[in-house]
Amino acid sequence: MAATTMAVPQSEMPLSAHMRGKVGMWCLIAAESAIFSIFVVAYLYYAGKSLSGPTPAQVLEVPIFTSICLFSSSLTILVAEKALHIGNIKRFGAFWLLTIVLGVIFLLGTAREWHGLIYEKGLTISTNLFGTTFYSLVGLHAFHVIVGATGLTIIMIFTALGHVRQEHSERIGVFAMYWHFVDAIWVVVLSVVYFITR
Amino acid sequence: MYDAQPMSRPMVVSPERAGSRPLVQVLHDWIVTVDHKKLGVMYFSYGILFLVIGGVEASIMRAQLAVANNHLVSPETFNRLFTMHGTTMIFFAAMPIVFGFANYLMPLMIGARDMAFPRLNAWSFWMSALGGIILYFSFIGGSGLYGAGTAPDVGWFAYAPLTSPAFSVGHSTDYWIIGILVSGFGSIGTALNVLTTILCMRCPGMKLYRMPLFAWMNTVMAVLVLVAIGPLTAAQIMLLIDRYLGGHFFDTQAGGSAVIWMHFFWIFGHPEVYILVLPAFAIVSEVIPVFSRKPIFGYSIMVAATVSIGFISLGVWAHHMFTVGMTSYANAFFVASTAAIAVPTGIKIFNWLGTMWGGKIRYSVAMMFCVGFLCQFLIAGLTGIMLSAAPFDWQLGNSYFVVAHFHYVILGGIVMAVFAGVYYWFPKVTGKMLSETLGKWHFWLFVIGFHLTFDFMHIPGLLGMPRRIYTYDASRGWEIWNLIVSIGVIFQVLGILFWVVNLIITFYKGKKTGNDPWDAWTLEWSTTSPPPDYNFATIPVVRSRRPLWDSKHPEDPDWKYE
Repeated sequence: MAATTMAVPQSEMPLSAHMRGKVGMWCLIAAESAIFSIFVVAYLYYAGKSLSGPTPAQVLEVPIFTSICLFSSSLTILVAEKALHIGNIKRFGAFWLLTIVLGVIFLLGTAREWHGLIYEKGLTISTNLFGTTFYSLVGLHAFHVIVGATGLTIIMIFTALGHVRQEHSERIGVFAMYWHFVDAIWVVVLSVVYFITR
Repeated sequence: MYDAQPMSRPMVVSPERAGSRPLVQVLHDWIVTVDHKKLGVMYFSYGILFLVIGGVEASIMRAQLAVANNHLVSPETFNRLFTMHGTTMIFFAAMPIVFGFANYLMPLMIGARDMAFPRLNAWSFWMSALGGIILYFSFIGGSGLYGAGTAPDVGWFAYAPLTSPAFSVGHSTDYWIIGILVSGFGSIGTALNVLTTILCMRCPGMKLYRMPLFAWMNTVMAVLVLVAIGPLTAAQIMLLIDRYLGGHFFDTQAGGSAVIWMHFFWIFGHPEVYILVLPAFAIVSEVIPVFSRKPIFGYSIMVAATVSIGFISLGVWAHHMFTVGMTSYANAFFVASTAAIAVPTGIKIFNWLGTMWGGKIRYSVAMMFCVGFLCQFLIAGLTGIMLSAAPFDWQLGNSYFVVAHFHYVILGGIVMAVFAGVYYWFPKVTGKMLSETLGKWHFWLFVIGFHLTFDFMHIPGLLGMPRRIYTYDASRGWEIWNLIVSIGVIFQVLGILFWVVNLIITFYKGKKTGNDPWDAWTLEWSTTSPPPDYNFATIPVVRSRRPLWDSKHPEDPDWKYE
């Protein structure tokens, strides 16, 4: 009925079905950003309002090395994506693995930092407002890194088993967007927690 | 991908076949389905189930309040009733119903075969369903499986410090938190899906400015869900941290703030109103043109108004908090922004009236509900503007005037539009026409009941009756008004009964109807009723906002003028 033989050029539709993974991921990133922004607002609002110690200045050290690791992982995943795009699976695998390693180093750094805070400096989530907001915000980010690293590892296993091919580059690109997002959020968390309010 | 068969010859006629198969297999089909139409129907039915449950809770409360010094239910039970009523109606009745409409109709209207992510769609539905089950499990699990009647009792916005472990002993509040958290994940999934479907799955020629207004308004709804559910999720996570890990977010004794919970909740809570009302606008914007035999008046202005409502709705939340005490600057800002949102909303009302103006109006039941919507939503908007003035709100905040106002919005606006949508699209979903006679009974009983209840509910509010009290003294002078309010409920319940009977009778014995019983113009009416699994045998190509008008009137198509 409504179908006529008239041709409509594809250029009229800038976003077509093959773009849906990317668009969907952008939507997810928007929703996740909303969650993060509330935690950031809470952190900023409660900064300096703790009734007892320890304070951020007393216990926090800027995690320079692990932050560099996490930021570099955005570059290595980019190299991996480019390699897959041109069909170089070996190079893709190597840089994908490097991304995982960098992500895990970041998580180990967080674990070490938290261990020190809890057992040496006596700061837990229930110590004071700083503890509550610090562990919540940094922990929410760490949780996202864990989810991302798990996803990366699953794709790595598929790569090792030889299931990842050039035609998957678009899908893997969609997943890589999530990893970039996790890194970008760290820019915000790092500046708020370790620079602005310390 | 593309079938060679023409659209008018469907390959499968599913309902007849489904009837002859064993029940287990039919149920299995529904449970494993990823089809947007089945999921839409499931969302809708699930919403109706909770609408009835929430309605029963409301009826018990009205029975309790009908006379002074009543002891039908205990104060504790009354607290649980209003908490469950509010939570159920917003999260598990209204949201699933509007998602059901979006799910079923959106792909059909934009000429797509399914949503962008069919499996995510199923996941979202089951997450919402799980949320409702968790919330209602609190009745048996709220204080550890030893007794009934332990549902959450903290109110639907659960202000701190009432939710702290000291004041909410047991697990009932946790069921409330987790139920909403889980259904929130489902809502985000659906919103993501709706938005991606609209951006990526439109058929050739369906440019954004040719989309039906239904699609436009649901686009803005989806954006609002993505932005607004996050704060609620974050706040619920913080509350869980407070309750289980000894955090201090909302713990005033450790320097935390009870007011910031209000901010976080209402940053979600007010956009939520627009998340629910925009799909109602979407339904009205489809029904009124078809029954006025005119294209929608001021299409582009309607789109602009919708988008500006979306933006402004993100900056009005603290008008729920005038009585809490804010700075004069905050008060002034939220008074101004709240009053400002009336402008695009008013534009919409004028455009719907403009569509009807000079039209050849057919008063079928769907159109009657739309006219009811217009009148009642106007009044809801007017009391909204009254309450947007901070001094007025200081006087009447948290009184029955406010309760009457937001029920006017939700029942008088959103639910009326949903009824209109059901009468309009039921022939598409089932292939059968709902009875117009029973529909008129439904309409008049419901409208009379609605006005008895909610017109008169303003008065005890003006006389100073606060919301959420479980009984009151006879000397207050509130008794006669509360009695009238409660009598109205009987009419509403009767109206709903007529509706349910109508749905059931029509489903089994209704008379078959054609694919396009209303002589409508959007793409969903171009396929069979009910649509086949794949929606369209050939993907349609559109050249204007009313593709079916073009094909019915090739001598005078719309695209010549747009």
